[in-house]
Amino acid sequence: MLGLLMQGFLLTIEIFAVTLIGALPLGILVALGRMSRFKPLQWLMRIYISIMRGTPLMLQLMAIMFGPYYLFGIQLGTDWKYYACGIGFIINYAAYFAEIYRSGIQSIPRGQYEAANVLGYSHSQTFMRIVLPQVIKRIVPAMGNEIITLVKDTSLAFVLGLLEMFNEAKILAASEVSMIPYLLAGVIYWVICFVIEILLTHLEKKLDYYHD
Amino acid sequence: MTDNAAVVTLKNARKSFGENVVLKDISLQVNQGDVLAIIGPSGGGKSTLLRCLTLLETLDAGNLSYGDLVVCSTDASGRAIYGGKDVLKQAKTRFGLVFQNFNLFPHYTVMKNIIDAPIVVQKRNPAEAEEEARQLLAKMGLAGKENMVPCELSGGQQQRVAIARALALHPQVLYFDEPTSALDPELTQEVLKVIRELAAEKMTMVIVTHEMGFARDVADHLIFMDGGMVVESGRAADVINHPQHERTRSFLSKYEEN
Ligand SMILES: Nc1ncnc2c1ncn2[C@@H]1O[C@H](COP(=O)(O)OP(=O)(O)OP(=O)(O)O)[C@@H](O)[C@H]1O
Ligand SMILES: [Mg+2]
Repeated sequence: MLGLLMQGFLLTIEIFAVTLIGALPLGILVALGRMSRFKPLQWLMRIYISIMRGTPLMLQLMAIMFGPYYLFGIQLGTDWKYYACGIGFIINYAAYFAEIYRSGIQSIPRGQYEAANVLGYSHSQTFMRIVLPQVIKRIVPAMGNEIITLVKDTSLAFVLGLLEMFNEAKILAASEVSMIPYLLAGVIYWVICFVIEILLTHLEKKLDYYHD
Repeated sequence: MTDNAAVVTLKNARKSFGENVVLKDISLQVNQGDVLAIIGPSGGGKSTLLRCLTLLETLDAGNLSYGDLVVCSTDASGRAIYGGKDVLKQAKTRFGLVFQNFNLFPHYTVMKNIIDAPIVVQKRNPAEAEEEARQLLAKMGLAGKENMVPCELSGGQQQRVAIARALALHPQVLYFDEPTSALDPELTQEVLKVIRELAAEKMTMVIVTHEMGFARDVADHLIFMDGGMVVESGRAADVINHPQHERTRSFLSKYEEN
């Protein structure tokens, strides 16, 4: 039983990691698009964010999973569910992250941009060297919330038939007629979150060397 | 460059924010080694003038040059035409700006605040930039503070770091927008002392200030601005000691009472 749960655990961690690796940078791009002075891009990002936040993630996963077939008649292989899962989680979480980045970016005083401008920094240098590091410090608590939520949201991958930890627990519970698999899975989810909380506290402390 | 060459020349500058005309036909020239003080009541357009000179705002009309580099000229229809990216980039290497509220980068140490732009923007050798930063800090009376972050420093110390940060890029002219207005009197003096020393070394500077005694002692020339116009200008000591215009007189009399 533990062996199967551990296999599920590994897939859960994989979904979690892939989502962060994809959505953390993508969220920055979405936030920049959302704040762009180019209106069509700004509206596109607004609509995208609104849809991602306004519909269930489970529904989005299903749409990506079966959309290609129902809409275009494209038959995708059995591996498609993994890609669908990765894409669904990344674009959903990028929308949430984008709004957090945006609030952080907008909280940086104009004087920082002006000082950088007069010193001759380019736009991208200003963003990468001056703005983004300060944004990160400001958004760690809000990001932490989302990341903890993501740990638990990975269980939604079961709707695609992925054998992540929740799905394994469900199957085990049915075959063994027992609550124990659920209990174990619950404990493991909590331990993951607990470890992340410790890491986040550590990061906050590390960034605490200055305030403004 | 010869001793009295013009470092910055501004002619017939105009700037409005919507209906609000903030600069009406301002002209000024600052020569190598000159210190120009700008005084005037709140809302008179002093900051806007410095922001246009430092390219943080764009002029509606007027001519702006840094030495032989034409940054902005006026076309036949009277509109300001700015030079291309390269021109603006080159112009930015010629001036520095010290803000009222310092605007240091809070996440960088004092050292990094000073050396980052020289290394990243001007591609200077890091070891040399650091060596020069140490000398600048010593000159600012801040030796030993290299590894502190701005929030660990007093306002006066932060402003001196900001001055060092600007000087590290070797500007031909340094602008100050009320550099001591956010400081209490004691800290004000330490910052003014540093600016006096720069003046003694013939650093070219344009200083917006409410410190009349300082302006009289340090500046060669002085401009009194009100309502977006230069109401009176001349030798700093003359304007402050013997103002000719009624508006200048009434403005200065408020400072004598204090
Ligand atoms: N970005 C802006 N948008 C609209 N109006 C502005 C802007 N910046 C300045 N103004 C207006 O321009 C006028 C001049 O302001 P400015 O800040 O240049 O005055 P100042 O002489 O520096 O005053 P102070 O001594 O208070 O600093 C004011 O009426 C102000 O409201
Ligand atoms: Mg001002």
